[in-house]
Amino acid sequence: MSSPASTPSRRRGKRGRGSNPPTPQDARSPPSQKRRTDDSTSTGDLQPMPTSPPADVQSPGAADALFSSPPQFRHSAIPLDFDISSPLTYGTPSSRVEGTPRSGVRGTPVRQRPDLGSVRKARQVDLHSDGLAEDIVATEQSLGQRLVIWGTDVNVASCKEKFQRFLQRFIDPLDKEDEDIGLDLNEPRYMQRLQEINMVGEPFLNVNCDHLRSFDENLYRQLIFYPQEVIPTFDMAANEIFFDRYPDSILEHQIQVRPYNALKTRNMRNLNPEDIDQLITISGMVIRSSQLIPEMQEAFFRCQVCAFTTRVEIDRGRIAEPSVCKNCNTTHSMALIHNRSMFSDKQMIKLQESPEDMPAGQTPHTVALFAHNDLVDKVQPGDRVNVTGIYRAVPIRVNPRVSSVNSVYKTHIDVIHYRKTDSKRLHCIDEEAEQKRFTEERVEMLKELSKKADIYERLAFALAPSIYEHEDIKKGILLQLFGGSRKDFTHTGRGNFRAEINILLCGDPGTSKSQLLQYVYNLVPRGQYTSGKGSSAVGLTAYMMKDPETRQLVLQTGALVLSDNGICCIDEFDKMNESTRSVLHEVMEQQTLSIAKAGIICQLNARTSILAAANPIESQWNPKKTTIENIQLPHTLLSRFDLIFLMLDPRDEAYDRRLARHLVSLYYQSEEKMEEEYMDMAVLRDYIAYARSYVNPRLGEEASQALIEAYVDMRKIGSGRGMVSAYPRQLESLIRLAEAHAKVRFSEKVETVDVEEAKRLHREALKQSATDPRTGIVDISILTTGMSATARKRKEELAQALRKLIQSKGKTPSLKYQQLLDDLRAQSDTAVTKEMFEEALRALADEDFLTVTGKTVRLL
Amino acid sequence: MPCVGDWLNSPLSIVQGIFAQNVPNSDWEKKVTEYFKEKLKENNATNWVPSLNDVPVHYLKPNSLVKFRCMVQDMFDPEFYMGVYETVDPNTNARVLHFGKYRDVAECGPQQEIDLNSSQTVTLERQTFYCVPVPGESAWVKEISFLTKAVQARVSPSTSYTPSRHKRSYEEDEDMDLHPSKQKEQHVGKSCCSGGDIHGCVEPKRLETEASAGHHVISPNCSPPLDLNFPLPGEKGPACLVKVYENWESFKVNDVLEVFGVLSVDPVLSIVNSEERDSSTLDPMECMDTAEEQRVHSPPASLVPRIHVILAQKLQHINPLLPACLNEEESKTCEFVSNFMSELSPVRAELLGFLTHALLGDSLAAEYLILHLISTVYARRDVLPLGKFTVNLSGCPRNGAFTEHLYRLIQQLVPASYHLRMSIESMNQSRFIPHKDYTANRLVSGLLQLASNTSLVIDETQLEQGQLDTAGVHNVTALGNLITWQKVDYDFNYHQMEFPCNINVLITSEGRSFLPSDCQVHLQPQIIPPNMEEYMSSLLTAVLPSVLNKFRIYLSLLRLLDYSISDEVTKAVEEDFVEMRKNNPESVTADDLHKMLLVARFLSLSAGQTTLSRERWLRAKQLEALRKGRLQQQQSVNGNEL
Repeated sequence: MSSPASTPSRRRGKRGRGSNPPTPQDARSPPSQKRRTDDSTSTGDLQPMPTSPPADVQSPGAADALFSSPPQFRHSAIPLDFDISSPLTYGTPSSRVEGTPRSGVRGTPVRQRPDLGSVRKARQVDLHSDGLAEDIVATEQSLGQRLVIWGTDVNVASCKEKFQRFLQRFIDPLDKEDEDIGLDLNEPRYMQRLQEINMVGEPFLNVNCDHLRSFDENLYRQLIFYPQEVIPTFDMAANEIFFDRYPDSILEHQIQVRPYNALKTRNMRNLNPEDIDQLITISGMVIRSSQLIPEMQEAFFRCQVCAFTTRVEIDRGRIAEPSVCKNCNTTHSMALIHNRSMFSDKQMIKLQESPEDMPAGQTPHTVALFAHNDLVDKVQPGDRVNVTGIYRAVPIRVNPRVSSVNSVYKTHIDVIHYRKTDSKRLHCIDEEAEQKRFTEERVEMLKELSKKADIYERLAFALAPSIYEHEDIKKGILLQLFGGSRKDFTHTGRGNFRAEINILLCGDPGTSKSQLLQYVYNLVPRGQYTSGKGSSAVGLTAYMMKDPETRQLVLQTGALVLSDNGICCIDEFDKMNESTRSVLHEVMEQQTLSIAKAGIICQLNARTSILAAANPIESQWNPKKTTIENIQLPHTLLSRFDLIFLMLDPRDEAYDRRLARHLVSLYYQSEEKMEEEYMDMAVLRDYIAYARSYVNPRLGEEASQALIEAYVDMRKIGSGRGMVSAYPRQLESLIRLAEAHAKVRFSEKVETVDVEEAKRLHREALKQSATDPRTGIVDISILTTGMSATARKRKEELAQALRKLIQSKGKTPSLKYQQLLDDLRAQSDTAVTKEMFEEALRALADEDFLTVTGKTVRLL
Repeated sequence: MPCVGDWLNSPLSIVQGIFAQNVPNSDWEKKVTEYFKEKLKENNATNWVPSLNDVPVHYLKPNSLVKFRCMVQDMFDPEFYMGVYETVDPNTNARVLHFGKYRDVAECGPQQEIDLNSSQTVTLERQTFYCVPVPGESAWVKEISFLTKAVQARVSPSTSYTPSRHKRSYEEDEDMDLHPSKQKEQHVGKSCCSGGDIHGCVEPKRLETEASAGHHVISPNCSPPLDLNFPLPGEKGPACLVKVYENWESFKVNDVLEVFGVLSVDPVLSIVNSEERDSSTLDPMECMDTAEEQRVHSPPASLVPRIHVILAQKLQHINPLLPACLNEEESKTCEFVSNFMSELSPVRAELLGFLTHALLGDSLAAEYLILHLISTVYARRDVLPLGKFTVNLSGCPRNGAFTEHLYRLIQQLVPASYHLRMSIESMNQSRFIPHKDYTANRLVSGLLQLASNTSLVIDETQLEQGQLDTAGVHNVTALGNLITWQKVDYDFNYHQMEFPCNINVLITSEGRSFLPSDCQVHLQPQIIPPNMEEYMSSLLTAVLPSVLNKFRIYLSLLRLLDYSISDEVTKAVEEDFVEMRKNNPESVTADDLHKMLLVARFLSLSAGQTTLSRERWLRAKQLEALRKGRLQQQQSVNGNEL
């Protein structure tokens, strides 16, 4: 007696049609290339039905099952049908539920695992009569203690033992997973999990294959290659330990082990015939899920004549209706009783390759998934998931009338474990996914690169090489790409501090602002590109959509939410309408997005950096006006930008010359040559990704001191003239910039150099954007209040002059508007425009000095 | 040994031969490719292979070698198939090995059965591409490619089956031959009314010939005509499922390929599917695909034949007048190129004259049109496509006749083109951007899914005022993106994917186009012909076919030339630029320099020069100055009118 196990032949046998010649319909899974070449030569000789009871691996004491097992037990289709006498089989699930307290390994019913191929029943092969023995490596037959599952090198006993040891001993104090909350990392990890199962009552044990690999390489290999055989063994092992420990625990069914994170395959594109029947993990996006399909597992028949009942298992989706009653020998008397038949849930899901995995210029691949029982409806279309499962290939059904067979197989994955990659893991940003992305050599290379003294300049140079010069702007964007360190002050009540750097570019049209934006959008993995003209508040934030199928309201996220942890590039920022822009206020400082519409109230994370480009109102930048006047954006919004750069067309000969040379070179260099010259975009991308996920610089003592000094200096500049020239917001900006610069160096500590550069860049940007065109002094209040201090001062002076003028006129209750303006003009030594005059009037009206009605001014 | 015609008519028997000889080792596959490569190299053998572009499917013998020139429209999922399988005779227990490559159906004799559990079975992988004929392919391309070969191709397959050609009269045949484009239509129509009785057919042998005679199987209960997913509306021609066995990673969507492979129209394929659809719903595999997906991924073989590729190559161009591959260091190619180069300048002069007439006597516009027609995106610098040269021809007469005829002329010159007549309805209703249909699991094509170097002529003169809806705005944005970045963002519902493209866009408009463009040329007609149609058609008839062919070669060939600028000229250009800026920094910006360099590049190339010379640079500057002068003049005219 042995335990045949491999898929290709597993489907037959249950009904004991041993004498039938193999017909094309019979096989379900093609033998993968040259593996298991031995496993299917023996289809011919199967044991007749009665002697092969469907005993269950997971149920100890299958002998009992023969006589006493309740109806449910027999359906529990487990891929391995071990013989009774085999030491492997143990335990009876006495699911005669009524009244009996279920506890202990014997009392808990076994739940079938269709994910391991419930339809695939292993056939019983009598090795002695088969002459198959030569195929089996080191197999001891029937009563032997060491058994290797047929077609594999898995010894059940030792496999079980190893796995138990793994469960009991595995400790990985370094391991960091978000699901580990509440776990003591110094205790055996999976024992704690079992305890959790005991408490929560969810009989699933998720096992990270990576752990298994670090524990026992060979066991891991076996799991990957023969999941269908090994996982039930794991189940057995887990249950034994569990019920040993918690004999009184009551579970819905026996524990099922769900391995995940098998490193076999990461990318759908790499799947190939060799992966068939192996455990794989792939990532992708759910694009379609079918409705729940009740799949009949076992049909129940009753004889109309003598009421004899019998069960027939479903074989490849067909029921072989018994034509003769075995009891009374009446023909065609058996009728199907629906509600005593067994069904299981099943769902078909289409998974599409995630966009990051796709090579350029190709369309995404898809793969079908089958989810069973608990895993049904666990994912929705649009979810990004990592799926662990067994890859299957089955021949397309054949037309019985034609002997030829369609030579193509259909492939799908039987899902064992889902792991959503986007939701639920908000507090750690895809750390795991990121980790896997870098090979050691790559990391080494990046680190090597980071040690270069001029790495900052180098990276800035590599950024958008086709755009000429604008070094500081590129540096600013570079720092934006790296971002500051995330700080959490939730416990002190201030919530998260913004770590993202926002940048606004303004300047003449045609200075390749859009091009820069496009470049950034193409560079970062989670970038979004919108144009102010074409986007509405709805498109930026989130909107409600009625699902056409379910008529359910669904929240669809817009660009800002989608670029969480990325960069949202907004072109033509100035053309955006007021209501849309107002949305940005919250996003740019609080980094969240509150939505209250259609009965859904929620706050979404939008930790996005904003890179915006704006054109001046008068199409050409007017150097005589301030930034605010030029782009007509509210200062509340402007002050939320860390850096505001002007991109102007410089007018100087040397620049022109360099520009010309640069452009000319574009027009004849071949593509290869260009690539040599600059740092590869891929390297840049990796460099940034690595820094973002691994480097988290903290402020050093010296750096803090330098920052304080810088801030005090900034405040001092203004205080001499009686105005405030820096606000805490500027300090925060400085900190962020310094942190980002430290990240560029892969440094865990912010040092003075970083602060110096942050200061320089900040000053540079200010010099460009916050210079008062009238006085030539850098004045931060242009950005924070929308008006330069001198302008404000002048306004006040004018109001005072007006007040004096009016007072000098004596006690006249009312004055003519035009008259007053003319008088003021005559008196003032600078030109007074009508606007200025009105403003002064308004200021006086605010002081309750006068009121303006139409063309007359009344004193109060 | 197989005789000469065999590799054409029954390539599979050759493969079988090679397979049988080499069976234990796996290098038989390589030998097969080599064999066919050799065969096709022999004296113009490629011309002997019947083409699916030319000959309708039902004239071709199933399982014969065919070729197909096509664009990859979509890529389906890879398939696993039985690479090698074994059949067993239940009576004698005799086992025979077969190969499954180049086949859809694992065949076996009447007395045999396939042993699916055989240890000899090898599972292999192949990739399926959904291919359509090159969208917008000009009629002349087809005419010239198949002029000489059509006769042979027709003869060889028709001998293989008896003349009982399923009630189609001789006249009909003749008629269809004259209008190859009509065939598909009739073909589809026919099939719809004649399908059905095949279901019960037992004899596979008969089925094969029947199916090739235009029969095919759609279950009567589901017969909305299949959308063959052509990018452009009104396209005809066979769509094909191309099964690629090697190097499929190297092909991309929108690549133009020429494939040589085994034609498979086995009706069994369709039967299997239709059966499956009717029969039990209990089959666990049944629910895997929706009916929609089934229809799309395994359409009736006679409507969408399968080609099992033996050899495939990417095409640089589809101009039949040029050697297929110009990169090769073959003496023949070099000779061709150098011969043509020697007579380049008269050809250019003639072409300029021709286009000047076509543009109503405006030689400057004609000059720019030439530059536009030979432009191509030769490189991308991060996001910036280099070498695109979108021309906006403004000042076109308002009545549609001019643009219509201008397009017809261009169509005569370029191998692939499309005329997009802009109107509010067409913008709102047509589908520009390809999008993914998740129910059918395919990429639904859109107008902008075009092969490289397709000429897209956008006619804005007929655009009226009106309201664009959401779809319209998206379409216009997509057009704008196409022009500025030479890329189209395909819509995958949950995300977008960027596909770079290389499409020459010419915009004709009255005033300045509302779409972005690289350079605007204002048309100044010298003559206003009273009858535009007569004028234009007389223009075309006046050109000798041989001259017309030279034009065609000229435009396709120059696109492929390399180009460089010497240090010396770089210096000069630099000086020039600085000088220009010095006088008036407003007048010349970096953008203008870009344009001038572009013009200089194409100007040099159009004269067959691969380096920029000082004279060309000056000429380019002069052209630009002329063009700008015209625009200013135009503006002031408009200003005066207001």
